[in-house]
Amino acid sequence: MKITYREALRQAMHEALAADSRVFLMGEDVGKYGGSYAVSKGFLAEFGPERIRDAPLSELGFVGTAIGAALGGMRPIVEIMTVNFSLLALDQIVNTAAVYRHMSGGQFSVPVVVRMATGGGRQLAAQHSHSLENWYAHVPGITVLAPATVDDARGMLRAALADPDPVVIFEHAMLYPMEGELSPDWEKADLRTAKILRAGRDVTLIAYGGTVWKAQEAARQLAAEGIEAEVLDLRVLRPLDDATIMASVGRTRRAVIVDEGWRTGSLAGEIMARIMEQAFYELDAPVARVCSAEVPIPYAKHMEGAALPQAPAVVAAVRQLLAKA
Amino acid sequence: MDEPTLRKTVFDTLRRIAPEVTPADLEPAVPLRDQVDLDSMDWLNFLIALHDKLGVDIPESDYQKLVTLDDVMGYLKARCG
Amino acid sequence: MIEFRLPSLGAEMEDGTLLEWCVKPGDRVKKGDVVAVVDTSKSAIDVEIWQEGTVDELVLKPGDKVPVGTVMIRLREAGEAGAPAATKPAAAPTPAATAPARPAVAAARTPTAAPPAPEAVIPVASAGGRQRASPSARALAHELDIDLATVAGTGPHGVITREDVEKVAAARKATTAAPGSMATTKPDGVKSSGPGSAGQARAATPVERSLSMRSAIAAAMARSKREIPHYYLATEVPMQRITRWLAARNAGKPITERVLMAAPLIKAVALALRKFPELNGYYQNGGFVAGEGIHIGVAISLRQGGLIAPAIRDVADTDLDELMRRLANLVSRARALSLRSSEMTDATITVTNLGDQGVELVQGVIYPPQVALVGFGKVTDRVRAVDDGAIAVMPAVTVSLAADHRASDGHRGALFLAEIARLLQSPESLDGAADTIVK
Repeated sequence: MKITYREALRQAMHEALAADSRVFLMGEDVGKYGGSYAVSKGFLAEFGPERIRDAPLSELGFVGTAIGAALGGMRPIVEIMTVNFSLLALDQIVNTAAVYRHMSGGQFSVPVVVRMATGGGRQLAAQHSHSLENWYAHVPGITVLAPATVDDARGMLRAALADPDPVVIFEHAMLYPMEGELSPDWEKADLRTAKILRAGRDVTLIAYGGTVWKAQEAARQLAAEGIEAEVLDLRVLRPLDDATIMASVGRTRRAVIVDEGWRTGSLAGEIMARIMEQAFYELDAPVARVCSAEVPIPYAKHMEGAALPQAPAVVAAVRQLLAKA
Repeated sequence: MDEPTLRKTVFDTLRRIAPEVTPADLEPAVPLRDQVDLDSMDWLNFLIALHDKLGVDIPESDYQKLVTLDDVMGYLKARCG
Repeated sequence: MIEFRLPSLGAEMEDGTLLEWCVKPGDRVKKGDVVAVVDTSKSAIDVEIWQEGTVDELVLKPGDKVPVGTVMIRLREAGEAGAPAATKPAAAPTPAATAPARPAVAAARTPTAAPPAPEAVIPVASAGGRQRASPSARALAHELDIDLATVAGTGPHGVITREDVEKVAAARKATTAAPGSMATTKPDGVKSSGPGSAGQARAATPVERSLSMRSAIAAAMARSKREIPHYYLATEVPMQRITRWLAARNAGKPITERVLMAAPLIKAVALALRKFPELNGYYQNGGFVAGEGIHIGVAISLRQGGLIAPAIRDVADTDLDELMRRLANLVSRARALSLRSSEMTDATITVTNLGDQGVELVQGVIYPPQVALVGFGKVTDRVRAVDDGAIAVMPAVTVSLAADHRASDGHRGALFLAEIARLLQSPESLDGAADTIVK
């Protein structure tokens, strides 16, 4: 069945709201407007203002409220418009949600799910377009997800709500209108493993969220040149699935990480370090990465395109690793 | 053939088969094959070479009489005067 | 461009030293032309080429000691232009010298430009003259004991990749008769020719030869004990009749025509093998392959140390006098180190006769990929029970079998030894060529 990423997310939330009265959705414009990416369209009419709550423009306030509700036994889903705005709620997520189990000696857990859009490509300029997943992936106590496929968009929320600890879900803004085939496996979505989306023997392209599709496009172009690239979708950014990464790199002996975050201090850097630690003797070339240019994401379309990781840059990096440049 | 010539012939023959041998180090009364690592093929080749140089025929039944360097010298001296 | 690589010139050959070139760049060569003289652990050998073309580059210089499979000559095929520069690794391309933040800005000035040059692959720091190899290639080369200096790199900037090492290993495996053996270039006993030296190549000295033979034996025997599940059997054979028979046979003959006991022993093994083909052949690629003839490798110890086991072909069909002549000839040539390569590779089983050294029992190590080794100890007087319950003193020999349990079982091995014992006790059956023997 063909389905859009947006529809998959909508079905997931609808299912959760219908199945569990403790679940409610809160965020800016999630009610009357139907969500800034229209994921919760129609929910207000169906579930009512008690459970579909439009919040004031205060991320610190409504994320903190959701955390309180979670401590009180609810299963809140919070939607934040973009990761840029989530920095206003960083204190609640990092200093409260992530540490309460620890601070309370195990007496309290915070079963909150925070959804937020991320990434550039829609000409929303430097205050709406960044990829700051690594900020959250740095913090112990939370699980960080990056669904890239309709299967994960449909399946991950259920697993996230079932988790007794805080989960942050990043939805790449370019993926909402993407159509994909929903496989019967969507119900098996877990919060621990990476997944090989395309098998190949020459190089592993490691990507997450929006860059998964850049990597897939690069793999298609490389295949035309006889280079077989493996595409690994990280899915889970914290904890990273080292086993799947090392197994793949051990097979292909080369890796290119495609990360929409900036290079400095990036998740790509973390993954490179882990490969160095765990698979050094398997490598046939230095690990490479294609990241966003270290500039605020530009507004102008051509400049924005040039600043973000694109398939041709991935292809060029692979060619260099294989001495086929 | 005088004894020094005969002795030199025997040593030269032996050294062709066992180049590492130093004649001065050989004990004349100790079994030769105990002093020099000679297998049966080496020993046969040694006797064949002596036969070729000196014209002395050595029947197989006489092999047991040829154990030490003294034995060999005595045996050959008696047969090639 | 054709690459002509150092071929394997004998069973245990792992490497060779270039003594001299017989061609120079620009010479046209065809299949069968001698292009170089190469010294192996055994002797100096004329190396023939099997390709046709024009010599473009002589890759080695006299005195170089390299593993089998190393590129010796690059040949241009007909119509191929000489391109010496092309054979060198391309100079490292200058990395885009842009500060990290620049590409986007630069691209902005030319809106139609393609995405900026990726900074994905950061130029690696200089290796400081060291041969660059990937970690994976280094690990594999270390594991296989392959010298990275002998591997041509095909990765970025000429870096050696795992695949490059695998190619060298595969070439070596394909050309070496001892497939599992990975022991290769040992540290040279004597450095042949360092850079800048006149490159005076010479044949290996006895010391060098003995060192390289030692490492070849080490590789073969270690492989044998690592891979072959040996089983051992032994039996005592009365030698009274055959000793008398051989003495009588030799009695009337001049010394040059006398037969040593070794010849009938070898002959008995060959005749017995006709009934036990599973002991005659090779274990290769996970299965037994029967030998195409009965070619017996005779273990010959060398005076300077070491051991070779060259083959006498078709022993079962050879009469005793001829067998003795061939044995004597083989031993003398083996000790003069002038064997033919076929003699080094043909044996389908090995016989060792350590009885000359005075030991009674041999428990042998099979020479891979063969599946059996027969050992004879010293013929000595022993006390034995005889038919009527009495005891007697008589000469006897202990014959032993070391066999590969993957290819045969102890029951058949025992019957094989019994057959050898039976043949040695009816010595007349050993005398003629096989077709005259009455079973």
